[in-house]
Amino acid sequence: MLDFLVRRVAISVVTLLVISLIVFTGVRMIPGDPARVMGGTDADAAGLAEIRQKYGLDAPIPVQYLRWLGLALRGDLGESIRTRESVVWTVARKLPITMELAGLSLLIALAIAIPAGVFSAVRRNTVWDFLVNAASLCGLSVPSFWLGLMLILLLSVRLHWLPASGFVPPWEDLGANLRRMLMPAFVLGAGLAAVLMRQTRNSMIEILSADYIRTAWSKGLAGRAVIFRHAFRNGLIPVVTILGLQTGALMGGAVVTEQIFVVPGFGRLIVESVFTRDYPLVQGVVLITASTYVLVNLLVDLSYSLLNPRIRIGGGTGGG
Amino acid sequence: MRRTYRGTWVALGLAILALTAGPALAQKKTLVVALNQDPDLLDPTLSRTYVGRIIFAHMCEKLFEIDETLRLSPQLAAALPTISDGGKTVTIKLRSGVKFNDGTPMNAEAVKFSLDRHREMKGSNRRSELDPVTAVEVVDPLTIRLRLKSPFSPLVATLADRSGMPVSPAAVNKLGDKFATAPVCVGPWSFVERVPQDRIVLEKSTHYFDPGQAHFDRIVFRIIPDDNVRLANLRSGDIDVMHLVAPTDSLNLKKEGRFEVASVTGLGYTGITINQRNKTGKTQPPGDLGTPLANDPRVREAFDLSLDREAINQVAWDGQYTPGCTPIAPVSPFYDKSRKCPGRDVAKAKQLLAAAGLPNGYAFELTIVNDPQQRRFGEVIQGMAREAGFNITLRPSEFASALTDDDNGKLQAFAIGWSGRVDPDGNIHQFQTCGGSLNTTLVCDESIDALLNKAREISDQAQRAKLYREAIDKITGGRRNVLYIYHLNYIVAFPKNLKGYHAVPDGLIRIKGVSWN
Amino acid sequence: MAADRAGRLWRRLWRRPPAVVGAVVVLFFLGLAVGAPWIATSDPQRSDYGKIRKAPTAANPFGTDDLGRDNFSRVVWGTRISMQAGVFSILLAIAIGVPAGLVAGYWSGGVIDQLIMRLTDAWLAFPFLILAIGLVTIMGASLTNATVAIGLAATPTYIRLTRGLVLSTREEDYVQAARALGAGGPRTILRHILPNIVSALLVQATVSIPGAIIAEAILSFLGLGVQPPTPSWGTMLNTAQQFLETAPWMAWWPGLAIFSLTLSFNLAGDGLRDLLDPRDY
Repeated sequence: MLDFLVRRVAISVVTLLVISLIVFTGVRMIPGDPARVMGGTDADAAGLAEIRQKYGLDAPIPVQYLRWLGLALRGDLGESIRTRESVVWTVARKLPITMELAGLSLLIALAIAIPAGVFSAVRRNTVWDFLVNAASLCGLSVPSFWLGLMLILLLSVRLHWLPASGFVPPWEDLGANLRRMLMPAFVLGAGLAAVLMRQTRNSMIEILSADYIRTAWSKGLAGRAVIFRHAFRNGLIPVVTILGLQTGALMGGAVVTEQIFVVPGFGRLIVESVFTRDYPLVQGVVLITASTYVLVNLLVDLSYSLLNPRIRIGGGTGGG
Repeated sequence: MRRTYRGTWVALGLAILALTAGPALAQKKTLVVALNQDPDLLDPTLSRTYVGRIIFAHMCEKLFEIDETLRLSPQLAAALPTISDGGKTVTIKLRSGVKFNDGTPMNAEAVKFSLDRHREMKGSNRRSELDPVTAVEVVDPLTIRLRLKSPFSPLVATLADRSGMPVSPAAVNKLGDKFATAPVCVGPWSFVERVPQDRIVLEKSTHYFDPGQAHFDRIVFRIIPDDNVRLANLRSGDIDVMHLVAPTDSLNLKKEGRFEVASVTGLGYTGITINQRNKTGKTQPPGDLGTPLANDPRVREAFDLSLDREAINQVAWDGQYTPGCTPIAPVSPFYDKSRKCPGRDVAKAKQLLAAAGLPNGYAFELTIVNDPQQRRFGEVIQGMAREAGFNITLRPSEFASALTDDDNGKLQAFAIGWSGRVDPDGNIHQFQTCGGSLNTTLVCDESIDALLNKAREISDQAQRAKLYREAIDKITGGRRNVLYIYHLNYIVAFPKNLKGYHAVPDGLIRIKGVSWN
Repeated sequence: MAADRAGRLWRRLWRRPPAVVGAVVVLFFLGLAVGAPWIATSDPQRSDYGKIRKAPTAANPFGTDDLGRDNFSRVVWGTRISMQAGVFSILLAIAIGVPAGLVAGYWSGGVIDQLIMRLTDAWLAFPFLILAIGLVTIMGASLTNATVAIGLAATPTYIRLTRGLVLSTREEDYVQAARALGAGGPRTILRHILPNIVSALLVQATVSIPGAIIAEAILSFLGLGVQPPTPSWGTMLNTAQQFLETAPWMAWWPGLAIFSLTLSFNLAGDGLRDLLDPRDY
């Protein structure tokens, strides 16, 4: 077990290093001169040279990379060009918002997907199964930005049930916060629910026909007890895997959703920083996004042992 | 098992209750204004964005102010300045009893400190505006004197904007170049906090000399770049005042009848800037771009003739903006009412192209700012020019990087505007003179320079107007480095029970004096 | 033998109406894309300034847009863009991903495998959309770049998939048997793996393609994809946003088009998966 842990963590570290390399070179490849962006239109040659020196832009690329990496490991990701705020502080302020959004979408998605998935697995090949499948397909096929716009049109403009957008911190006014998060969380959650629904159904079916379940049945355990106590826990494993992989999709989906519902979260930050060529911000933000994904998946892998110690956990099963 | 289930239902019920509870009624005392862009640094010396000026209008007042007719009046000054010494000395008396929003007094020392900062601080974006000023002197605690290297008529108008905004020396000394994180000036409201890309919060100042004008305890500026979302928020009541209503939406809003829609023709212009000699950067020597568009005036004239300004305004803006062919704003006393804009003449355009050796047409790239309004504008131009033989490729680009590319000579043609200044000099000089700080096309004509330089030195309005007319004739009829197409109308919408709003041609939202009915 | 197998598959396909519907609709859209010049009733780029934002009529069955262009023609021509972006991007992903996965899987455990896997892990750590946005920002906004960006963003999935298939196929009895008989090396693996790979790839593609179509729509929606005046469903939706209340038809048809095409791919993909997977669900 320890051997596995060490190995798994080592892999994650290597992955993180590769990520940092990709992020750094990627940002350098964005057309435009960072010094000019920082200096503004009135900067002359002397001013630009000064900026280059101050930010170390005149050093060779590998040196710049190592310098940046060194600072990053110490928690200093530089300053945003636009606002002169520290990148870490900007992220620290926005990430919780997106996490709240993601968390709520996850809740909504699970609340929809798991009952639906279990239900359709148990009532396999009936009308219910068909309907659930249809709903899941629709959920996968609807473009989220279209769904978001339609919801705003219906629920905010026409019916005035929910506010169109914005964000109120939960500690300021929990009710207002939730009312504003409901639509974006639903839009994000719908897509996720569609994926989870099918996965839950499939893995429940597999489990239900597995040997140890049959054994439990033959021992006389009641149906529902069997489902909840045995099947569920094991059925959760692939679902948890998917969740880990879907973190990325969730963050990506958050980008569009936050744009439409004007949620000042992480997704919007990413788009804005790319569009405004705010290099330090882009670097820091993308690095954090990717690292979060790696860490989440690390946790997912480690949680396997909690769900089913009998599962053989070796390297290279290649998930997904 | 049962207990947990009931517990869950109770929790669910409470959650639903929380969700449907009515909105807080604190709104009345807090006004929410939605802007379409996040300002850059909230420092009058460094700021470059138009929306920044809207924030400043509430927390950083200036020496002089304009009204709906562009008449200049004193704001933090006590009276209009005294000009002497052939126009080279400007003496300004300051209003007494004015305090910065940190309680420190605004006196001549503080104003000198601020003006010097605008002129000299590294990275200042006010330097070129205040270039003619050679020295600022303190005459007495409430009087300052500016020494100019040559007479400069636009000075007072310049001091009615960011260059004339005093900043608190105490705050500057404490924060240094981080002043923008907690700016302190003179204003009915003062800065509270800022969440980038989300909001800027101001609250009523306890130090302002005329507190009766501030009828709201707080103003929250929310940043909502998307036009639809901003409009949806206005309709649902989440915001009170909406900045920059899209022209296509303004007609619907007016029809709806729930909101007041104030439209005013702005001080600026939007046109197409055509790069002629900028090869490696605007601070580098000019070079030959080698393209017919840059080198042959007939090609530019053909392009000009392929456009129908009235139709563009009708199709792209539902007729809500103001077509034009001059950099001077229609509301300005210097506007030439007799100027006729060229009409569309596709036949002549084709002839010109043929004469220029391009009988089969010509292709070039037009860079536009990446937003829905500008994209539509670009597409209309693309369609119109196609008939004359121009094959235009549209290249949407983000605003700041497009400006940088423009500076660096990377663009062939750029659909861009200028928010405009009160004095016509502010709309022409920096763009059209040799070595002008915003002359990214690197055109240079001594005769035009002479006209523009003379116009900024003399003070007689009629004479100045005549000089500008001549210069603009040469620019729009000759070298065509900028094709002026329209003047943006600033359209602001707010609930009908908000009273006291005056739409000033600079388009800035001013909440001072505004209140609920 | 093959014909017999194909016949069996065909019959099984018919037993699943949704899959058939899906396949038919996909083919329909394919037909629209190919036959656009003949099916579209007018020039999708021709503006009629007198007919701005007009509701659907006989002459303009889907109405007109904000520049007076016929929406029906634009939706039909837009099919080309969506199909192109959807299919070619995934083809690119397969073209890069499968060889990489084969190499990684065949020499699994070695340095090359580790290198490829770490790169893939890192690649996958970037959310799909963000990667696409970043790539287009670097390369510049155009349909080609958007297609390439989407393809590159989708590649790691195919690397992983192929590698996994190689590994699991290697353990299969018949492959072991073949090796025991002396047939070793890449050719054997390839001969046995390829059929497995083809069916798994097809299934994955029918999942990836709808994702790619939506990704192109999102990129165009953000202004990073197709450039005007070329009609794309994503850009049409972007423009339609401004006129949701006054000209909702501008949003219905492109939105419906994206939805039906994506749904059909998903349905067909489901059917395909059922077909090729021996287990009966």
